[in-house]
Amino acid sequence: MADYILELRHISKFFPGVQALKDVHFQLKPAEIHAIMGENGAGKSTLIKIITGVYHPDEGEILFNGQPVHFRSPLDAQRLGIAAVYQHVACFPDLSVLENIFLGHESFDSLTRKIHWRELRKKAEVLLQSLDADFSPSASMGSLSIAQQQIVEIAKALSVDAKILIMDEPTAPLSRRECEDLYRITEGLRDKGVSIIFISHRIEDMYRLAERVTVLRDGHYIATWDVPGLEQARLVQGMVGREITQYFPSRHAAIGEEIFRVEGLSRTGFFKDISFSVRRGEIVALTGLVGAGRTEICESLYGISPRDAGRLFLEGKEIAIHTSAEALAHGIGYLPEDRMKQGLVLDWDLIRNITLASLKNFCRNGFMQPSQEKDIALRLTDSLKVKTAHIYAKASTLSGGNQQKLIVAKLLTSKLKLIILDEPTKGVDVGAKTEIYRIMNQLAEEGYGIIMISSEMPEVIGMSDRIVVIREGRKSAEFATPDATQETILEAAMTAHGREAHAIAG
Amino acid sequence: MEKTAIDINKPRGLHQYQWEIFLVVLFLAVNVVNSFLSPYYLTLDTFVSTPMNFLDKAFLVLPMTMIIILGNIDVSVGSIVALTSVLMAVSYNAGLPMPLAMVLALLVSTTCGFINGFLQIKFKELSATIITLSTMTVFRGIAYVILEDRSAGKFPSWFSFLAWGYLGKIPFILIVFVLAAIVFAVILHTTRFGRMIYAVGSNRTACEYSGIRTDRIILGVSMLAGLMAGFTSLFLTSRMGSTRPNVALNYELDAIAMTVLGGISTNGGKGRITGPLISIFLIGFLNYGLGLRNVSAQVLLIILGFLLVLSVLVQNFTDRPRQKSPQKSSAPTRRSDAGDGSDIHENSAQGG
Repeated sequence: MADYILELRHISKFFPGVQALKDVHFQLKPAEIHAIMGENGAGKSTLIKIITGVYHPDEGEILFNGQPVHFRSPLDAQRLGIAAVYQHVACFPDLSVLENIFLGHESFDSLTRKIHWRELRKKAEVLLQSLDADFSPSASMGSLSIAQQQIVEIAKALSVDAKILIMDEPTAPLSRRECEDLYRITEGLRDKGVSIIFISHRIEDMYRLAERVTVLRDGHYIATWDVPGLEQARLVQGMVGREITQYFPSRHAAIGEEIFRVEGLSRTGFFKDISFSVRRGEIVALTGLVGAGRTEICESLYGISPRDAGRLFLEGKEIAIHTSAEALAHGIGYLPEDRMKQGLVLDWDLIRNITLASLKNFCRNGFMQPSQEKDIALRLTDSLKVKTAHIYAKASTLSGGNQQKLIVAKLLTSKLKLIILDEPTKGVDVGAKTEIYRIMNQLAEEGYGIIMISSEMPEVIGMSDRIVVIREGRKSAEFATPDATQETILEAAMTAHGREAHAIAG
Repeated sequence: MEKTAIDINKPRGLHQYQWEIFLVVLFLAVNVVNSFLSPYYLTLDTFVSTPMNFLDKAFLVLPMTMIIILGNIDVSVGSIVALTSVLMAVSYNAGLPMPLAMVLALLVSTTCGFINGFLQIKFKELSATIITLSTMTVFRGIAYVILEDRSAGKFPSWFSFLAWGYLGKIPFILIVFVLAAIVFAVILHTTRFGRMIYAVGSNRTACEYSGIRTDRIILGVSMLAGLMAGFTSLFLTSRMGSTRPNVALNYELDAIAMTVLGGISTNGGKGRITGPLISIFLIGFLNYGLGLRNVSAQVLLIILGFLLVLSVLVQNFTDRPRQKSPQKSSAPTRRSDAGDGSDIHENSAQGG
């Protein structure tokens, strides 16, 4: 048996006008968890597609168990036992778990073409049991949580007897506890001899799970390191190619008087009795596990989703908000979690995206004023440093971080007092995160009140003045940020006995 | 990033008008063929008066363009035309003065449009197609209940001026249509309302998060569709001199066909009104030419069908580069177990 179950040597891949990979190496030992890290666009995705046979490398060779192999199609890779689980589970929600697991490789009677459901069901039960799944194979896929769906995807990979399992950002949509379950499952698979390629933006994932890590940057191979003993600064430096001295920019905003307050906000089945306030120039982090109700609370403040009870005060005056139009008119803006679906018209150019939320300000007697639109778009893309070749470029051509900046630009066309940012750095790379933090500080300094929903603990602690923790739809704690630690926040987010700590006077 | 690095000039070029140019070429070709068929064809008079044969229907194409840009389909407009026409005739015959009957017709048609829009807002889970399919049968059904299988008419003689009259050398209906087309073009391409129509058609969710009252847009466009159906009804009734409950049959399909042939994508959010305007005249003159040769109307349908397939293919073809963007490729069309990974990353070439 070879030292490596999979080895990639001198792999290069060209696309028209861009070299996606240049001389990349990758070595996967049997039964190891190997992380691949890099910023967006570093080439992780292309590398995975080469391993799974979707792309053919233009240069270099692939060795499987020491033997050179050539994948003509994904099927070839699959036959060797290479399977992948993706971040966005691509399942068939109306089919059962059982059907999803065996879709495409059902065993059937050669004569009648009847599928051996009973046999498959037994197989599925064994598989799911080995993954500690708490649902039955006959459950419909759509009724499962994302974490459970991922387990099905893993079961699907195992059902074809995978020797190499590629997990692409599996933890991104999961809460912390679900992540722990996934870690356990992954380790279980490794102990059974499966080699795992683990891709994640989260550095914690890598430290928790991986034995070795390969870092890519701009399509280049940087290094492969053993994870134990690896300094985080070295890893980040490898990914971004520069020393990040100040991951979170320092903050200078003067915090003023209370600008916004919510009292007793409730919606049956989602959240109950939520009260907190935001001051001028203050960043309040709303944190908790995914699914705790943070987004629902903010969408209700913004008028997108309803509420049963609760009073909102803006600058001391009670206001009524039932639609997003009213929220914007009062000066409350919202950067939604899903920038592609909720934030942007991807097919539109930057200008029209920027003015979308405040068309009234750019028209006279109902007629649009394109020159005014262009002026504000130029001004805002410049001040927010949106990287684009062209303000008539489509929003879809921007990178994730720049799309977020574009949405911020859109918010700034309205006269706002309070800005709600829902996971502003989700899915953007390290460099762009810093940029977004800088913008948040800039906004705070200009006197906006900011509510930031975030699941990333360092971000919550590094970027906020105050932290409100939501657990299962209720406020479980509020901290002044200097008093908070990852442990206290986590305790408040995860346990029923989270201390109602250090409530500070509004 | 330095200011100079951002290109601030709007990209221009004929390539974005490719489809319109193609339609114009087709239109010219149709006219060349027609002029060979009839020696009297190529005169200004024919050219100006031929549209009288098809322009009544064309009023439906204007709002249909907006509806399809919104990503919807309205199949009830033909029935609105019939109901309005019948109500106008019956109320005139019952003693209502003709001008008032005409105003009534427009009110009724706009109300029908309002009903369509209201149902779409109230029952968001239903598609506009299904809703208008039901109102289509209801509206036409009411027309049948009112008039059964009789016809109604005996309008005052001046009423025929709408369809048959000339102002100077130009048909009245052509003037009205050109004005209506200009109004619609201006609304769609230069106003806030028009911008919002494109926005809702491109990404309704993002509109709702951007404080746009999407319901109002849908309601407004539906009412415009009703109003224009009223105009069609006036001109059609005037042209025929009497009305029956089965008038304007399949008008909605013709309007949809002309709109789609004009390059308006049924996915919503894309296309300009110039395309449908050209295709109105293209199909109208094609039909006229076939009439010169006594070719049956079914042949026109076949030709139209081919053109539609072509337009959809071309749209699909020109849309293809766009499909590289992540949101479009996320549809799990041919996922294999090893995964064709095309949907895994928000992987952009610029990458920060």
